[in-house]
Amino acid sequence: MKFCDKLCNKFGDKFCDKIGEMLKMNSMLKILPKSLWVTTCNSGSCNGCDIEIVATLSPRYDIERFGMKLVGTPRHADVLIVTGPVTRFMHDKLLRVYNQMPDPKVVVVVGNCGSSGDVFYKSYNLVGPVDNVISVDVYVPGCPPRPEAIIEGVAKAVLKLEAIEKSSRAPEAQREEAV
Amino acid sequence: MSTTYKVPIGPVHVGLKEPVTAWLTLDGERIMDAKLRLGAIHRGIEFMARERNPIQVIYLSERICGICSFSHVLAFIRAIEDLSAIKVPPRGQYIRSLVLELERIHSHILWSGVACYSIGFDSAFHLGMEMRERVMDLLELLTGNRVNYGVATFGGVRWDITPEFAKATRDMIKFYRREFTPFRDIVMEDPIAQARMRGVGVLTKEEAVRYSAVGPVARASGLRVDLRKSSPYEAYSDMPVEPVVPQDYFGAAHGDVLDRFAVRVLEVYQSLDLLEKILDGLPDGPFVAETNLNKVLASLKKAEGVGWGIIEAPRGDDTHIVSLKGGEDNVLWWKVRAPTYASAVSWPLMFRGNELADAPLIINSLDPCVSCMERTLTTNAHGDSNIITKQELIKRCREKTDTLRARGGETR
Ligand code: SF4
Repeated sequence: MKFCDKLCNKFGDKFCDKIGEMLKMNSMLKILPKSLWVTTCNSGSCNGCDIEIVATLSPRYDIERFGMKLVGTPRHADVLIVTGPVTRFMHDKLLRVYNQMPDPKVVVVVGNCGSSGDVFYKSYNLVGPVDNVISVDVYVPGCPPRPEAIIEGVAKAVLKLEAIEKSSRAPEAQREEAV
Repeated sequence: MSTTYKVPIGPVHVGLKEPVTAWLTLDGERIMDAKLRLGAIHRGIEFMARERNPIQVIYLSERICGICSFSHVLAFIRAIEDLSAIKVPPRGQYIRSLVLELERIHSHILWSGVACYSIGFDSAFHLGMEMRERVMDLLELLTGNRVNYGVATFGGVRWDITPEFAKATRDMIKFYRREFTPFRDIVMEDPIAQARMRGVGVLTKEEAVRYSAVGPVARASGLRVDLRKSSPYEAYSDMPVEPVVPQDYFGAAHGDVLDRFAVRVLEVYQSLDLLEKILDGLPDGPFVAETNLNKVLASLKKAEGVGWGIIEAPRGDDTHIVSLKGGEDNVLWWKVRAPTYASAVSWPLMFRGNELADAPLIINSLDPCVSCMERTLTTNAHGDSNIITKQELIKRCREKTDTLRARGGETR
């Protein structure tokens, strides 16, 4: 007999629901109503964050168990992961990738250098950090952050998507305001 | 009637980890010509270093590239040690070599996985990535970080090898000897993988010499080049390193993607042997010459001159040249020559005559590290970038000599 069934026999069905509530299972399922498709854009990073993003795909961290998937084109994606301090050349490209994504969309910045510039300051060829270029919803600090942190950051993006869904205003209008 | 098309790839593309743009001229499926536009992620690192002191630049040089971060740090540190009087104790040298080999293993396994991914062999990709976590664990155990280790410093390293770490390393060596062979066989003996990689992206031995390819790319074309043999540094002078070339193992070097795969995979075994030798021969004593960074900075402030450091990074020769001026805190100038830049010149050659579908594989077969490479871009005041042509470079070079002459040899 499973542990959960034992508890149910002893305390009744209500108890299991309680535990579920405590573990936020129900809200998790509500929060994750659909699987997130993620795309990445390297705007001048040192590659460190990009390898860790690849590591999240690997069997040990396995981002797919959360229903998340890395897709090849921004046109299919819900979440955009940006790494790097945005060089001049990548500025337009980043905007283009952002504009190609369908609404509603979320931007996650992975790494210190995309969030704040980090070691890359006082350079002639940088226009970053990323929030100088597009509006950012989640920052994942670390140089590079661990794969777990990246997964958590992407999962947090769901909250933003949920908020967009809840709000009565059209997602368009809301984002424009954010920009 | 034959029509040619121009197909741009990149800068943001699924098959590429990093931004680089390639324009391919196609006749049907065949690639006739390729042009590359580099400089997408030029960050001006060498420029930034001029406002920082050498210790700050250690951490900047680490972030040139996250995959071969230790190679860049070490090349920079060796350049500074070359021009100043800092000596490294033997134990520090051995630990440096150890981290270099661990890094080579992680980089090569990552590359093999990604190469499998780009030909659509996903199970091998996952197998490789799973295996790579083992060496990442070890790097984390030694340094506390998975990617940018922050372990090297002037005159040695910052962390020592403990008996537990030595044991974990030996366990890892055993693990890889057991588990890596199936991975190699799964890919290299798979007829489909062979068909995708054999004869694709060929660079002949002559071309490799003429276009000065380095590292595994040159070795896959049959050139016996390895800095660990030809100019040994750190602990490599105590242990012989033979360059891994395909003709020793398969009779002939084809210089194609499969050979590059084989060279990298065989180098993993070589690194395992080296790790074992490093652990066996680890000398006792201090692992860093001076722990007080203020003292180090003070001595570097007095140092003057030009120093260089050259390292066999996982991708080939990595050269750093640094100049310090006496009495100044900051680095006077710093030049990085990363291996990918040397090998990237031969990309257009590899493309010729191949199919469009092979393009991402060929790009990946160099194990390109674009973030290392981006250093030849000029920007004008409006932020438009233009690439200097060769003639212009020569012209500028001559002009500079003239101005120098006019100033009577003063560099500044
Ligand atoms: S945050 Fe650090 S590891 Fe990530 S891209 Fe920037 S410099 Fe590299």
